[in-house]
Amino acid sequence: MAFDRLVRRNYAAVVHIGKISALGSPHTRGLSHLPLPRTLTHYLGRGLFRFLLTVQGLGAFALITLGVMISKFGVARRLMRPRVREEIARAGVRLLPMFLFMSAALGLLVIGQAVSWLTRVGAIDYLGAIMVIVVVRELGPLATALLVLARIGTANVIELGTARAMGEVEALEALGIDPVHYLIVPRVIGMALGVFALTVYLILGALLSGYVWAFLQDVPLRPEEYLRQLAGSLRGLDFVLLALKTLAFGSVIALVTCYHGLAQPLRLEQVSEATVAAVAQSIIVCVLIDALFIIIYLTT
Amino acid sequence: METPPAKPNVPALQMEGVAVGSLHDPSAIVAEEVNWTVAPGDYWVVAGSQGSGKSDFLMMAASLIAPRGGRYRMFGEDMPVFEDARLKVRLRLGLVFDGGQLFHHLTITENIALPLRYHQNLAQGEAEAAARGLLGVMELTPWANRTPATLGRSWQKRAGLARALALQPDVLLVDNPLAGLDLRHTHWWLGFLDQLSKGHPLTGGRPVTLVVTTADLRPWKGHARQFAILKSQRLVVLGAWAQLAAASEDLLHELLTERIETE
Repeated sequence: MAFDRLVRRNYAAVVHIGKISALGSPHTRGLSHLPLPRTLTHYLGRGLFRFLLTVQGLGAFALITLGVMISKFGVARRLMRPRVREEIARAGVRLLPMFLFMSAALGLLVIGQAVSWLTRVGAIDYLGAIMVIVVVRELGPLATALLVLARIGTANVIELGTARAMGEVEALEALGIDPVHYLIVPRVIGMALGVFALTVYLILGALLSGYVWAFLQDVPLRPEEYLRQLAGSLRGLDFVLLALKTLAFGSVIALVTCYHGLAQPLRLEQVSEATVAAVAQSIIVCVLIDALFIIIYLTT
Repeated sequence: METPPAKPNVPALQMEGVAVGSLHDPSAIVAEEVNWTVAPGDYWVVAGSQGSGKSDFLMMAASLIAPRGGRYRMFGEDMPVFEDARLKVRLRLGLVFDGGQLFHHLTITENIALPLRYHQNLAQGEAEAAARGLLGVMELTPWANRTPATLGRSWQKRAGLARALALQPDVLLVDNPLAGLDLRHTHWWLGFLDQLSKGHPLTGGRPVTLVVTTADLRPWKGHARQFAILKSQRLVVLGAWAQLAAASEDLLHELLTERIETE
């Protein structure tokens, strides 16, 4: 009961005076440290509060980042351009070897399963269409996003969380350097472009390796026929939506991981907890974005 | 970025009834009703025992946390926190953190060059050339290309000082500079801060206004010119060293740990 009264009083108070901070109100932050609720209603209520606070915090952080990106465009170009290039290399170029392996594996995965079933039902002409639907529209972007999240997103939380815990963010502010501009903007741009570029490479690699695996399984399909099937299955909208989806995945992963690393005061022992939360939330948001794009595909 | 012209007869820092919060605990107040004026050229030592809120006090003075009450002005300008329009005024103040708070992914040279690159849009080579002068004065040249984690704490503090001086501030806030230093480093710091206070070539011979925190007043005799202590959430302004003897504060005697010897 104490939990219920405390939450109602504190939360209502800060809502009333309009002082809910975008980065977590000191009053409501206590929610995560309160003892476990005893009833399902408490549990759901607490979960709802935390969900709303997270959505509010993430939304505010995204808007702040967008605002800084626009208002500080051109500030300290000689410092920021190399920072952006470095982040593109980190979230893109340096992951290429892993993605070459993944593209070969993805081609095998899809073709290996699909060829066997399509041959049985005599529908081998649909191989190209299946590759487009599975690899281009779905697995390619999502697998890329999840791999980049695992390799770079987690590193973001740890780096920024450690920097925050060690007082480096205050040091930036003391020097008059906007931490969002210096630390977040390059990561968002780098990761958005990185996910986009890696997805393109992953798709091209998977389409190529798919044909190689089909050839090795003696599928009677000539290269020009395979290309014709692929071209016939692709629409102009696929390219537009692929670009939008991958840029959205990259931006969202960067924002969520940077939010958990930077936007909330952390102690060193909280960094691992923040990393787990960032990964879980990034996956959820990516899946939601993916669902949105599925609806767009189905309605156009 | 050009430094705005100094206004004559305007205090460097001025606090009127200021309440100071804590950086790590939003609900805590570390000092209340602070009325304090720092004139250009002053050399203050603010003493307090561990946990008295000295670091938070400096953070607020550096505009990293907003005052929880009262009015705080820097060079005559009210200081809201993180407002770009006041950036030029804020850059007239440098802050040296207790642990240096260097950026662990950058080398010592890059750490010092960072504010120059950001605010003056210098290329890496230009900024690092400018940083080399500071490295030499701080005796950090042998470690110029090392990352902070490979340096001892004493040298990290000096690198933090060099970084804070890169933009040639008018006011320098130094958090607990002598904590954990051996005798050699202690003498170096005291001598260097004296030079800054009188005018150092690094700042074009211009005297720098200094505010230093400490948990031990003794080393500052003959160096600092004004003293204050943070005690029971109050800033008690004591005045010059000679006036310390007349002060009846218990804490003062703890911070001196011996009888005050006045000339």
